[in-house]
Amino acid sequence: MPIQPRHERTPRLNPSATRSALRIVHASDRASEAQQRTWPERNHRLWNNPRFRAILLQTIVVAIVCAFFALVAMQTASNLRTRSIASGFHFLGRAAGFEISPGPLPYSSRDSYARALAVGLGNTLRVSLLGILLATALGLLIGVARLSKIWVISTLASAYVEIVRNTPLLLQLLFWYSLSQVLPSPAHALRPLPGIFLCVRGLFVPSLTWDGGLLWIGAALLAFMILMLFVLIRSRRRREQMGQGLPTTRLLVGLATVLLSAAVLIGHPRITAERPALMGFNFHGGMSISPEFAALLIGLSTYTAAFIGETIRGGMLAIDRGQTEAAAALGLSRVKILRLVVLPQAIRVIVPPTTSQFLNLTKNSSLAVAIGYPDLISITNTTLNQTGQAIEAIALAMFVYLAISLAISLAMSLYGDRLVPLRPARCNP
Amino acid sequence: METAAQAQNRSSSTTPTLDGVRRKDFVQCGVTTGAGGFSAPDAKGEWRGMDVDICRAIAAAVLGDATKVRFTPLTAAQRFTALQSGEIDVLSRITTITFQRDVQLGIEFPAVNWYDGTSFIVHKALNIKSAKELDGATICVSPGTTNEVDVSDYFRKNNLKFTPVVIERMEDGTNAYFAGRCDAFAQDQSNLAAVRARAPIPSDHVVLPEVISKAPYGPGVMPNDLRWMEIVRWSVYAMIDAEEMGLSSKTIDQALTSDDPNLQRFVGKSGGFGAMLGVNSDWAFQIVKQVGNYGESYDRNIKPLGIERGINRLWKDGGILYVPDLR
Repeated sequence: MPIQPRHERTPRLNPSATRSALRIVHASDRASEAQQRTWPERNHRLWNNPRFRAILLQTIVVAIVCAFFALVAMQTASNLRTRSIASGFHFLGRAAGFEISPGPLPYSSRDSYARALAVGLGNTLRVSLLGILLATALGLLIGVARLSKIWVISTLASAYVEIVRNTPLLLQLLFWYSLSQVLPSPAHALRPLPGIFLCVRGLFVPSLTWDGGLLWIGAALLAFMILMLFVLIRSRRRREQMGQGLPTTRLLVGLATVLLSAAVLIGHPRITAERPALMGFNFHGGMSISPEFAALLIGLSTYTAAFIGETIRGGMLAIDRGQTEAAAALGLSRVKILRLVVLPQAIRVIVPPTTSQFLNLTKNSSLAVAIGYPDLISITNTTLNQTGQAIEAIALAMFVYLAISLAISLAMSLYGDRLVPLRPARCNP
Repeated sequence: METAAQAQNRSSSTTPTLDGVRRKDFVQCGVTTGAGGFSAPDAKGEWRGMDVDICRAIAAAVLGDATKVRFTPLTAAQRFTALQSGEIDVLSRITTITFQRDVQLGIEFPAVNWYDGTSFIVHKALNIKSAKELDGATICVSPGTTNEVDVSDYFRKNNLKFTPVVIERMEDGTNAYFAGRCDAFAQDQSNLAAVRARAPIPSDHVVLPEVISKAPYGPGVMPNDLRWMEIVRWSVYAMIDAEEMGLSSKTIDQALTSDDPNLQRFVGKSGGFGAMLGVNSDWAFQIVKQVGNYGESYDRNIKPLGIERGINRLWKDGGILYVPDLR
């Protein structure tokens, strides 16, 4: 989080806010007087107690909703029985029997359906989290570019938003996927750099493995973190006292270099690169990115970035021009105005709609089935086809998406709560 | 949601599906969203194919009119739910009969109308002659089919490894295979000929000789109507029997005046089999007259795609089609 300008944090007395707060006090005084006046004669009528009435009505609503779902569940269960469809989640423990393309979680066709679904969930989370990061970064860039005074940049950004936002995501995914399918075969793979191969089967890069010296590197990292905290605190204190901090960036880069080279010299870590090589049908060794994953990640993040960009633009336009002008009058550079004055305030407007874009991205990742990425929905589809347990499998997938969405919402609202509220703090008269 | 009285009424009848079909005066038949040769709409929007002919045969037997069929196109994922919920009367949709589908899903498969099996198509440039040479290959499969499990089982059994690419729509999967995303494409054999025909240069692809699994296709019904199940079974049998007896849509009229007791029973002149089945006495005659025999159905639907009849020939022609007689 960017450092907030100091004065923002202290609540100030705002004349108009104080006046309206006083008005509220008067109004509530009158209300309580009225209540006191009428209380004795109406006390026996429970219905007229607003508190009681609210609780009663809410209880009725909750009861109706519960009854509805209970009815649906009972009806479904009895229909399943009359049609002699076995129900329940016993199938989760049985061997899945189908293969899934390799991902972060180890899996073989001997594993259970539960394991297969977990692999699908892992793939969904991987593409969603990376997508959220990429979409946010790209969205910020687009949002700022659309407000640029340079005509070419702002027009390009506008064109991007209009094109990406106004075409269906599914088409875009198929477009990215078909782009990957015009690459050459593994035998004729492109070699943009030595050891790196690009072909119709994906991107293959060398993987690095550390050997020895891990302890020293860890120690160096720990030392660096402690020193970084120390430097940052010192710098801040100095800025508060003298108006100018330490040259933190230069200090930290220097520190990192010294510590890391010391660790390398003492620990002697051997870093071995494993290069991918064509063996038989495919490349083996190294790390790889499948075209399905790449197409899905690019498609989801470029699509969502257009929406996030608009949200960020809206958030920045919501900040009064006086703020920018005042900062400019202080002699801050354009980048510093953006970083220190505009964005910290705009972020409060940006966070809530961006949360829903994050949720959209996560849910849109289920379009993966169209291009063959083994996400949760893809595995769920296969599972329900093999087992025939459609209701259970879909209910499970819905529950999992709900859990992911609620987790993202919670994380974002916790972040939002940490931000200073947009309105001036309420004053107690 | 049905009322309690309706539910009572329905469960008390022993032939709820047959009663429903008579009342509606058409057969609601679940088919594919388009699989050439088995069920696909033609240029005029008419459904055509081997599986479609079974629906028409049932309508001809029960209602005397092969055109009294309404089709519900279903994806692989929807098909069993549609049958279980009563949305369709019969599922005739290149469905492989398996233990799980029969026992666990409670679906009855009264007859087999096509014997198929999973096989591979590969790029000719790979110079592969056998599926056993596919170790380490990337293989495209369609989700929700038995192919997915067949390929996994086959590779595990032979201690081979492969990377699956599972693409939902058949067209997209086919294109990914053509683009070289996969070394091989696993499909039911009857599909592979169609895949090869769609290739930019068909001679660049070869279908491997191995058929790694058995896939008997058959129409599916719900188990709550035994009579309906028998009608579906004998509608399929009648088409195969007709071919065996040399009866076709063109020659069936002559059988009406024949003295051969087998033919007399078939066309309903004697035996009273229609009454036993609870349909008109000329039910089998109507099937052959309006739809044709099994061989005609194959010649009309599958043969133009270049798919060999193979084991789906009659037993006396070297195939495995062998069904009970009408007696």
